[in-house]
Amino acid sequence: MSEPLVWLTVFILAIFVGNEVIAKVSSTLHTPLMSGANAIHGVILLGAVLVAGSADTTPVLVVALLAVVLASINMVGGFVVTDRMLQMFSGRRRIAKVDQRPGLPGGDTRELPR
Amino acid sequence: MTTPVWAQLSYLVAAVCFIVALKGLSSPKAARRGNLIGAAGAVLACVTVFFAAEIDHLLPILVAVAVGTVIGAVGAYRVQMTQMPQLVALFNGVGGGAAAIVALVELNKIIAAGSPGPVELAATSFTIMIGTISFAGSVVTFLKLQELMTSRPVVFPGYPLAYGAALLATLAAAVLLVPVATLWLGIVLAVLGLVLGVLLVLPVGGADVPIVISLLNAFTGLAVAASGYVLQNVLLLVAGTLVGAAGTLLTRLMAAAMGRSLFNILFGSLRGGSTLG
Repeated sequence: MSEPLVWLTVFILAIFVGNEVIAKVSSTLHTPLMSGANAIHGVILLGAVLVAGSADTTPVLVVALLAVVLASINMVGGFVVTDRMLQMFSGRRRIAKVDQRPGLPGGDTRELPR
Repeated sequence: MTTPVWAQLSYLVAAVCFIVALKGLSSPKAARRGNLIGAAGAVLACVTVFFAAEIDHLLPILVAVAVGTVIGAVGAYRVQMTQMPQLVALFNGVGGGAAAIVALVELNKIIAAGSPGPVELAATSFTIMIGTISFAGSVVTFLKLQELMTSRPVVFPGYPLAYGAALLATLAAAVLLVPVATLWLGIVLAVLGLVLGVLLVLPVGGADVPIVISLLNAFTGLAVAASGYVLQNVLLLVAGTLVGAAGTLLTRLMAAAMGRSLFNILFGSLRGGSTLG
């Protein structure tokens, strides 16, 4: 198999995997999933590091370093903001369960009857 | 620049982490763990690249990574919950911009090296085009959601003509870059991609913007995948393709959940129908 064909094979198979793994996503998770996928394409950081690491003139290096900064923002910010989103999901559910009626002893975490 | 075997295995582990991450993120119970697994895969990949390849200018690169990390983390920690979608749009945009810059730098290098292959040039051209569209489009969606500009559909007189012309010019430049490989044409393509990205998102109304962010997210994924071929890095190809495919399906699911068609979202206002949800 010639080399471009190997890449094409990996590409096509990855399309199917990408479709398959998220096919059953529940609609409440649409935004966190989008955000998580967004963080994953932050691996372009590897590409940015590779081109910056082989830059042979200063202008090229400066431009490549800009790509490194942008890609790190994408990757790190992406994972952090996804985690915060998901934290709020579970956080909100917990708060909803806690009884907040006045007159109960402080620090009460009794769950309300559903 | 050949990648050692241990590094290729390490990239494979990272790719599996990304698949597990997407799988986890689509179920409520495993979502948070899935995201952490994805982050672990990304860290592994980043550490690997520094040891696997010959990296000059190590100090400036590490400083640049640190700067980006601080900006990204501070932005993500500070943002209010209601503003998260536009932050995701912005993160997606800078990712697309990074992919386009990487492709432009690589274009400069393969031209200097002489006799670049057509497949390599096609992938480079694709990355520049899609990366710049994603960058400009994401910035406009950010401005719309942040209410720095109107969130209503923006269509000026002659918009369809301008859009059609930008689309044709961008595609022509992208195709032309394969036989006529020059850096200037690459830069022209990048500028056209930016214009097209802005025009693509202008007519989208506020309620539909999250769906378009998801579409642009898939675009960036594909740009990263193509850059993986350009740089001969299989992890970029796999991760980019995963995001491209999952993002495309997610876009369709989001549109379906809101009872919208993607075609109407992007072009509905051209036919006189409002895209306001």
